[in-house]
Amino acid sequence: MLGLTKQDSKLMLIVIGLVILAPFILNPFPEGSAMAQFNAGYPDLMQRFVIFGIFAIGFNLLFGLTGYLSFGHAAFLGVGSYAAIWSLKLITLNVLPGIVFAIIVAGAFSFVVGYVSLRRSGIYFSILTLAFAQMSYALAYSVLTPITGGETGLQIKNTDSPLLGGPTDGSIGRANLFGAEMGNSFELNIGNWLFTFNLGYYIAAAFMLAAFYLSIRIFRSPFGIMLRAVKSNQQRMNYTGLTPKRYTLSAFVISGMFAGLAGGLMVAMDTQVGPERMFWTASGEVVIMTILGGAGTLFGPVLGAGFIKYMENIVSKINKDILHEWFAFMPDGLEDFMVALVYPFIGKGWHLTLGIMFMLVVIFLPGGLVEGGQRIAAKFRRTKNADTPDGASKPAE
Amino acid sequence: MALLSVKGVNKRFGGLQALGDVNLDVAENTCHAIIGPNGAGKSTLLNVLVGKLIPDSGSVVFDGQSVLGRQPHEINQMGISRVFQTPEIFADLSVMENMLIPCFAKRDGAFRMHAIESVRHEADMIEKAEAMLEEVKMLDKREMIASSMSRGDKRRLEMAMCLVQEPRLLLLDEPTAGMARADTENTIELLKTIRKERGLTMAIIEHDMNVVFSLAERITVLAQGTPLVEDTPDNIKGHPKVREAYLGEAQV
Repeated sequence: MLGLTKQDSKLMLIVIGLVILAPFILNPFPEGSAMAQFNAGYPDLMQRFVIFGIFAIGFNLLFGLTGYLSFGHAAFLGVGSYAAIWSLKLITLNVLPGIVFAIIVAGAFSFVVGYVSLRRSGIYFSILTLAFAQMSYALAYSVLTPITGGETGLQIKNTDSPLLGGPTDGSIGRANLFGAEMGNSFELNIGNWLFTFNLGYYIAAAFMLAAFYLSIRIFRSPFGIMLRAVKSNQQRMNYTGLTPKRYTLSAFVISGMFAGLAGGLMVAMDTQVGPERMFWTASGEVVIMTILGGAGTLFGPVLGAGFIKYMENIVSKINKDILHEWFAFMPDGLEDFMVALVYPFIGKGWHLTLGIMFMLVVIFLPGGLVEGGQRIAAKFRRTKNADTPDGASKPAE
Repeated sequence: MALLSVKGVNKRFGGLQALGDVNLDVAENTCHAIIGPNGAGKSTLLNVLVGKLIPDSGSVVFDGQSVLGRQPHEINQMGISRVFQTPEIFADLSVMENMLIPCFAKRDGAFRMHAIESVRHEADMIEKAEAMLEEVKMLDKREMIASSMSRGDKRRLEMAMCLVQEPRLLLLDEPTAGMARADTENTIELLKTIRKERGLTMAIIEHDMNVVFSLAERITVLAQGTPLVEDTPDNIKGHPKVREAYLGEAQV
């Protein structure tokens, strides 16, 4: 399918299926039930899943393939966001040009940052990218206020009059795609279940599927082999007549453009930007997403992004009252004890849970959650083989 | 005319004269060995030839073009490939991928972004890589990860990677260093076959006299950064200056 091998096509189809059916999959619990708080199928969060999925897919093309750990990728996301919001404010409320601008501007900015940072490798490269990102953040916060809106950031205002068709009645313009607004949703009630199909989500999801497809193609291309060669042995590359630096810079710019796309989509979904989007914790987050899911794997970054966004938005909402409800069946003393035991790991303590998970994954599953999945699948396969006479007759490996 | 011509090359590292007025001609279609005791400047000379070091003075001309001031990848694209003392391969990649990289480098030059095309569809390149693997008898290992192979196999792979580029000059830096006896014999056989079948010009740096005398057609003896003698293997064997350079050390 589409120039992919059978196995890659299968993966692509699974991801397409997951993304299209996400409103169902993420809302498994009926409204009003005690478990409803674990539902993640609301537009805002689903949009974030796919947007950060794109961000992580792009980051993985750099880090997963070449091994260069950029610690400043949020800067490209932020720059893309600013480009997109200016397009919405000045040119048109249609999101498409904004997204294109976001990709171009982020690509150009990542070329400059990459060109300088790639003079060094290893930890020095990471520090250089971090320095660039923090500089961008500080500038957006202060000196560049006329462009970035400083602390308050940028929003669409009723005084904005885009060149092509803004609202004339003095209302605040809304981002749209050829007239269809991002916030448009179709709600489906089945019994106690409520499923929301949001236009913005599906537009972002279409971009994520395109990004995912592109990433498979890059992984399987001669260029992809060269990027893995950069990670493996730059000396041999040099003596084979190749320029590892130009390959790495290309990967850096491509991943910067993916980050710009993510930034542009964020603006398209929620028409505002602030400098905190470029803060170093945002750069660190995408590193954690990629490693948690599985750096260098195709699906890992998407999985990691979804996992972290789920925890950030769902686990962090659990509070003491909810815990008391859960453990209400226990005797009072034990209930209080259990609540005290679990409390540090939920609500604002979700970072603690994430940190522990991250450590466990790095130590026991260096290939990330994807490796965990593969191990489980392999175990199942082995048990299945052992059950059948055919499998049993084969010599053990 | 010589394929590679080194004239009056000097290189100092601080107070140490690593290379002093080195003159060397490697004729086309010969195997030229450079021998000498430790610290004679053999590796320094090799590093000058591949562009890793820039000499203080002198000239290095390959096939009528100066090599000096060019980057290692440019020198490789001119037709010089290098085999390292410890095999330099892409350890995390499969044997086939290791072979494809030099194939792409030869076809596409130093950089080309084939980011959308699938490797599976590069039939010509795959065929070329497979033919080369067949030649070094490693076709059955094509899907193996390179790091999991034995030292001898890594060496063969590295040579295959160099040869698949069809270089005009192959530089070998102690190709049998640290190898078991059997692996050394295999490597010598492999090099002999390549030398005979392809008429490939080779320059080899080697400690092992067995290897040198079974391969080389010309030998240059280097001592303290300066060439002592250059002659055929038979004449070198009994040469008093060579004995002095090697054995003189032992008497200290």
